[in-house]
Amino acid sequence: MADSAVKPVIELKNVKKVYGKDVVGLKDINLTINKGEFVVIVGLSGAGKSTLLRSINRLIDITEGDILINGESITKAKGKELRMLRRNIGMIFQSFNLVKRSSVLRNVLTGRVGYYPTWKSTLNLFTKEDKQRAYDALQQVDLADKVYTRADELSGGQQQRVAIARVLTQDPDIILADEPTASLDPQTSRRVMQDLKMLNEKHGMTVVINLHSVELAQEFGKRVIGVRAGEIIYDGKMSETPKETFDQIYSGGDQDE
Amino acid sequence: MSSTEEETLMILPKKKFKILNLFWIILFVVGLVVSTKVTKTSLGALFANFSQFADIFLQMLHPNWSYLGAVIPLILETIKMAILGTVIGSILAFVYSLLIARNIVKNKAVTGILRVIMNIIRTVPDLLLGAIFVAIVGIGPVAGILALAICTFGIVVKLFYEAIETIDPGPIEALTAVGANKLQIIVFAVLPQVMTYFISYCLYAFEINVRASTVLGYIGAGGIGLYLQETLQVFDYPKTGTIIIAIILVVVLIDYVSSKSREALMK
Ligand SMILES: Nc1ncnc2c1ncn2[C@@H]1O[C@H](COP(=O)(O)OP(=O)(O)O)[C@@H](O)[C@H]1O
Ligand SMILES: [Mg+2]
Repeated sequence: MADSAVKPVIELKNVKKVYGKDVVGLKDINLTINKGEFVVIVGLSGAGKSTLLRSINRLIDITEGDILINGESITKAKGKELRMLRRNIGMIFQSFNLVKRSSVLRNVLTGRVGYYPTWKSTLNLFTKEDKQRAYDALQQVDLADKVYTRADELSGGQQQRVAIARVLTQDPDIILADEPTASLDPQTSRRVMQDLKMLNEKHGMTVVINLHSVELAQEFGKRVIGVRAGEIIYDGKMSETPKETFDQIYSGGDQDE
Repeated sequence: MSSTEEETLMILPKKKFKILNLFWIILFVVGLVVSTKVTKTSLGALFANFSQFADIFLQMLHPNWSYLGAVIPLILETIKMAILGTVIGSILAFVYSLLIARNIVKNKAVTGILRVIMNIIRTVPDLLLGAIFVAIVGIGPVAGILALAICTFGIVVKLFYEAIETIDPGPIEALTAVGANKLQIIVFAVLPQVMTYFISYCLYAFEINVRASTVLGYIGAGGIGLYLQETLQVFDYPKTGTIIIAIILVVVLIDYVSSKSREALMK
């Protein structure tokens, strides 16, 4: 912790989220994630994984506490300031969230939208460099031949890789992935996880992934965070985490921490 | 053989609703009698004047083709009115729809007030709008264009905002996460999902406008309706017949082209 070379990129301070009047999303979360980490968050469905992840780029507003991105509070950020912080955080979704009727290239280019003034992006005036960047990203996920294909003509795995190319084009410091493989078959899932690993190792991005599959978590994760009922009940290195810990995390709350 | 036939016949479920049909017929007849009594209409008059009707109809069936030269420019004016009205109304509806769609504007007070205004506008019938605009801007096609624009607005805005509200929210989320602002979200996440619907609704409004614009002239709001009124007033039915045939041809043609285009769009 005291290592000066280690730079925190995401800090959650006493973060609390209550939905409506009394549905607890998160209870008093304190968490620091450092630059270049590859973190997997595991836990039962409804444990609060999505709430935790979506709080980080403020797709969800938290009820109490503060979240810092590279030392800057996203909780207090407004307007352009908030958009600038978000531009530095890429997100991968379970349902891919591509614009299905648009071409693959246009979908990948939307990763750059945050870098343009409204009128320029609206008139589709993307620079040559950005188009090249988008094409390079598609090559890295092996989809260079699909540039002009409509997004909905691709398979689920291919669509998720387009989403990864979109994030690559966005070029953020942080990647959040909310169950990126939940709607994919095992083989495609591994491919997508490898692409996320590539973003971490080759591009130095800090990656935080919500995962349902323990096998994928064990294979790819470097740090594990276990969540249950809105609380972090485990946090440790994957290499030092025994199998029993996963059983405890997934035990549905009948065991004490 | 015959026994199996009988069996299949027995399996075949009996057609129901026979009694229900009878009920509807009785209701219809009773309704007709009661309503003529209440409104003091004489059904007899309809049949007594039938010969007169047949006479007018026969005259119309012998159209005055030399009159066509006078009709065509006004038919063209009518179509121009319909096009301009559609374009202006659609542009207004486009912007307005984005402001009242609750997945885009989160402020319920704003969307609520704008929706009430929309609903008030939608209740005014087109001929009344025509009359109002004739009173405001005077006799001529401008009044007709304005009336058609408001009509188009009413038709398109309702269909379009509902289409916007049913889009996949995923891309909106993705664009928000990327750091896009509201307009960028609309351009990149919303419009690609709804543009074909919008064009289709505009064409639909255009079809309605072509029909509506043919009678707007009747109240002085420009277009072919003016001649319709003039010829009817002097009982020149052959000329009326020419106008009606020309109108029907144009309406059928535009309906056909427009509905085919809409089908192609939705594929
Ligand atoms: N939009 C929402 N409104 C109300 N309750 C919600 C909402 N989203 C999540 N919750 C609740 O918050 C808790 C955590 O949900 P979530 O973060 O989606 O869990 P996970 O991603 O681990 O499955 C659950 O009890 C869930 O029902
Ligand atoms: Mg979830």
